[in-house]
Amino acid sequence: MEMATLLNYTTFFPLVGALVILMIPRKEELLIKSWAFLVTLVTFLLSLPLFYHFDGTQAGFQFETVKKWIPQIGAGYHVGLDGISILLFVLTTFIMPFAILSSWSAIQKNVKEYMFAMLFLETGMLGVFISLDLVLFYVFWEAMLIPMYILIGVWGGPRRIYAAVKFVLYTMVGSVLMLAAIIFLYVYHQATTGVFTFDYVELSKLAIPFGIQFWLFLAFALAFAIKVPIFPFHTWLPDAHVEAPTAGSVILAGILLKMGTYGFLRFNLPLFPKAAAYFAPLFFWLAVIGILYGAWLSIVQRDVKKLVAYSSVSHLGFVMLGIFALTSQSLQGGIIQMINHGLSSGALFLAVGMIYERRHTREISEFGGVAKAMPVFATFFLIVVLSSLGLPGTNGFIGEFLILIGSFKVVPTFTVFATAGIIFGAVYLLWMYKRVMFGPLTKEENKKLADLNAREVAIMLPIVVFIFWIGIYPSTFLNKTEASVEKLIETVHAAKTEMVEQDNIHPLFTKGEAVKASRLTFNENERVSGGSE
Amino acid sequence: MESFIWYIPLLPLLGAIINGVFGKLLKEKAGIVANLTILGSFYFTVKAFLYVKDGITFNGNLFTWISAGNLQVPFGVLVDQLSIIIMLVVTGVGFLIHLYSIGYMHGDPGVARYFAYLNLFVFSMLLLVMGNNLVLLYLGWEGVGLCSYLLIGFWYEKHSAARAGMKAFITNRVGDFGFALGIFLIFSTLGTIQYAEIFQQVDKLAAAGVLTAATLLLFVGATGKSAQFPLYIWLPDAMEGPTPVSALIHAATMVTAGVYMVARFNLLYAMSEVAQAVVVTIGTFTAVFAATMALVNNDIKRVLAYSTISQLGYMFIGVGVGAFAAGIFHLMTHAFFKALLFLGAGSVMHALANNTDIRKMGGLYPKIKITAITFIVAWLAISGIPPFAGFFSKDEILAKAFAYSPVVWVFGALGAVLTAFYMSRLVFLTFFGKFRGGEELEHHIHESPPVMTIPLSILAILSAIGGFVGVPELLGGSNHFEHFLEPVFERAQEHLHFAHVSHGLEYTLMATSVLLALAGIGFAYLMYIKGTISPAKMTERFKGIYTVLYHKYYVDEFVEAAIIRPLLAFSRWLWHVVDDGIIDGIVNLVGKVTILFGLIFRRIQTGYVQNYAAFIVLGVILILAYYIFG
Repeated sequence: MEMATLLNYTTFFPLVGALVILMIPRKEELLIKSWAFLVTLVTFLLSLPLFYHFDGTQAGFQFETVKKWIPQIGAGYHVGLDGISILLFVLTTFIMPFAILSSWSAIQKNVKEYMFAMLFLETGMLGVFISLDLVLFYVFWEAMLIPMYILIGVWGGPRRIYAAVKFVLYTMVGSVLMLAAIIFLYVYHQATTGVFTFDYVELSKLAIPFGIQFWLFLAFALAFAIKVPIFPFHTWLPDAHVEAPTAGSVILAGILLKMGTYGFLRFNLPLFPKAAAYFAPLFFWLAVIGILYGAWLSIVQRDVKKLVAYSSVSHLGFVMLGIFALTSQSLQGGIIQMINHGLSSGALFLAVGMIYERRHTREISEFGGVAKAMPVFATFFLIVVLSSLGLPGTNGFIGEFLILIGSFKVVPTFTVFATAGIIFGAVYLLWMYKRVMFGPLTKEENKKLADLNAREVAIMLPIVVFIFWIGIYPSTFLNKTEASVEKLIETVHAAKTEMVEQDNIHPLFTKGEAVKASRLTFNENERVSGGSE
Repeated sequence: MESFIWYIPLLPLLGAIINGVFGKLLKEKAGIVANLTILGSFYFTVKAFLYVKDGITFNGNLFTWISAGNLQVPFGVLVDQLSIIIMLVVTGVGFLIHLYSIGYMHGDPGVARYFAYLNLFVFSMLLLVMGNNLVLLYLGWEGVGLCSYLLIGFWYEKHSAARAGMKAFITNRVGDFGFALGIFLIFSTLGTIQYAEIFQQVDKLAAAGVLTAATLLLFVGATGKSAQFPLYIWLPDAMEGPTPVSALIHAATMVTAGVYMVARFNLLYAMSEVAQAVVVTIGTFTAVFAATMALVNNDIKRVLAYSTISQLGYMFIGVGVGAFAAGIFHLMTHAFFKALLFLGAGSVMHALANNTDIRKMGGLYPKIKITAITFIVAWLAISGIPPFAGFFSKDEILAKAFAYSPVVWVFGALGAVLTAFYMSRLVFLTFFGKFRGGEELEHHIHESPPVMTIPLSILAILSAIGGFVGVPELLGGSNHFEHFLEPVFERAQEHLHFAHVSHGLEYTLMATSVLLALAGIGFAYLMYIKGTISPAKMTERFKGIYTVLYHKYYVDEFVEAAIIRPLLAFSRWLWHVVDDGIIDGIVNLVGKVTILFGLIFRRIQTGYVQNYAAFIVLGVILILAYYIFG
């Protein structure tokens, strides 16, 4: 089969599967669950040839489909994968079967609607990663929000409504500004070239003056910063995680957060490279604050799930540092770290879900000595914890190490503080592990805990395989990203040189005169839009 | 060599996997699997040694581990004179300890898990030593840290064991923080992390002005792993682990990783006087500081732990002053006698139902003779009594230390007196005098099985004669050991400057250190055997000092009060005040203000057509007004 066709099939197969669910009677719960699992599994299998045939030595898009969609406004159906999206695409198809499996016994009510939402969500997420048309992207971006909102709001914990509303409103605030920026970009393209288009590839050919990049960058950045989440836009995250059902948390941490970092890589850097270079110092600050702040807050959490939620803020801080440091190591490390975080924090949430299902509590103080009662669980949980704290030999190390060693060349001081984060990472994870798993088994409820069943082992085992695979032989994955990353670095560096040498604008916080850049831009803005091209 | 070199690290890994996965089925047989893999690894190491002895070294890669941009990290090993010695220690002493473990861990429900961890440790340690680049060193470095964590907390149901494991890991992470930065600095300056290339371009490192910084950062890692001041605090607590673990990981091998690292980077350290001075200062201070804490401790394993910290200090004096071969020599002899001491302590605990309090021991010599005799050999070796192994290695360090600076020698000699004293105290209180543990326990005392006493005996032989491989020329030897290592340390020599010390002075120094050791032993003899000097009276007279030493200088309390508590308080403040209060407060405030606006503007939507018409009129007037007057 043509790979481009396969890409489309893979993306929309879950949606088809979701529609089939609508036809299954709601009391056939086992059938619905099995079907949903089968669909996600097939989707994963379909995505494997894509991964295999993806040529990592090419920087451009592969498996492209370009079709007219709404020609009246210049919106097309343009999809494809490059080295930045391929891994995330496959991560999504990989995570989903586990998300379904983890819901097997945890979801008791409205199974039909739940599974429908999950499959619908999968197409939404896959669509985000393949869209190369901004309208298409925005549609998927928003489409994905709806099932997530429902997942938290219907199958969530006691404060689910608050959490769901907060999640949606917060995300919407960012999205709306992004939409405005997309429309501006669309109009601007017409103004300079005479063509109305939302096509990503066309738009990325624009040489946008710094003054306009400045604002467009900010509009996009806000949307993505909330999604990542970057400090201080993170407070929706702990609430959403604590209330979401396990599968919701897994998807949220595993994939949805990556859309923020992915957005920076896909849109902010290539479309607005000058602004990206200009704002980079701001993101170094926010990244490092996020790393330390997230880690410190994790240390003192009493709820395991909240702890993992805050640890995401810390882990994604590393990704942001790597992205804006813009070296081959830091960026590739950033992408690998996105995958790692998907695996390890996804697995952490799965593990938390497993003990929650047994004990109906996530309070650390309610546990202790669980390793005695659940030795198999203890092993898996420990491996995931070690992966999360970046132990060499596991995937976590590859990501963190590449990010830090790459960033050190560019921003040594920030990197020193970021590296300190690895100390606190060990603190909050090992302390939590000790309090939950070690010590005497005193509580009666914990003595009766059953170890993992076959289904649960089947969930953890493949993730552990990938934890070690990426840790020991990361080339399988790094090979796919190299060329695209190099191209991105080139784009931004060229723009930065131009910005500094021709526009005489220096990155934020670096030179005194640069602080006034935003005011300066308005004048330049008028100048350029009048007489460009 | 290429045909078999990979078996050396991979056999223990195989053992770890087998025991990890099939442990439930294997149970006690796990010990046999573990022992066979280490024995195989030792066999190939000896085979490799025969090549290296003939001057054939090996540097080769198996596959590319990490490749990103100009960063190329091969999974490759370097087997040269330096690594082969440590590999011999790791697999040789490691095997003896594995063997001993079969007896010591007999009947423990977690025995398969124990051997899986122990094998994994040997694998990691071999990677650490054999790796031909910094990142592989780091992989081994953190890998042994993980095994240390797992084995210290092996009896995880004990709070103290779980806590000690965590403390070890986190303290080491603090060191690794520095170590990682050292790697980053070297990579960002040279664009490589491979030893061979780093040594080639070492002048570039110096020219960039980062040589000292890089060596010091790497040394921060060494202070963690090798338990030097101020990051030594985890090691005494690490005694919570099974005793063979203390022997293997926390005495013979892992804790010497920092010494190995400095010796591996000998050229870099030799080129930076500041780095040398720092290493020597930390080593000297730690050697004396830790020894003082060993003076008053009543736990047989903890005395040995402080002794290990102190002896590691000596090794750092050695590699710090530029006597790299001497440092490695002491690393080796120490591995023999300290492993023996720990295994002996384990045998004592075995006899006494796991009692570790030396106040409840005494008079064990006639009852557990093999343990006692081997322990005594180790005691003489560590005290620096000729011709036991420790004498030669320690003496060589002290001789070079004197040439570096007489002040270092003075402190080194002081440490030697203290060492002789606390070790003698330990031996006298344990094996001589009367048994103080009560009749019931006395009845129970028995010698350990052969599977434990054979390793003791072999180590005792090594502790007795192991020093002869490095007899200095001064005593008519030809120091084979130093000559063997020469190729590794060759380039560093031109950067090292030792003051000339005459033969006469050298003899005097040697005699002085032996006399000092004898004085230490004699003093302990008077206190604990003869009773001429009453320990109780000494305690009374020096009550202040005693209390401070007994409480280990209150360092743990200080760390608790100055670091842990403030960190927790700060984090809680961040959580409640900053995160929940300010940041989330603002977010929710935005929400509330929006709702408020909604409530206000809702009033406009009255539903009466008249009102809307009025608004339209008002709007038209305003627009007209704007165009007319605006």
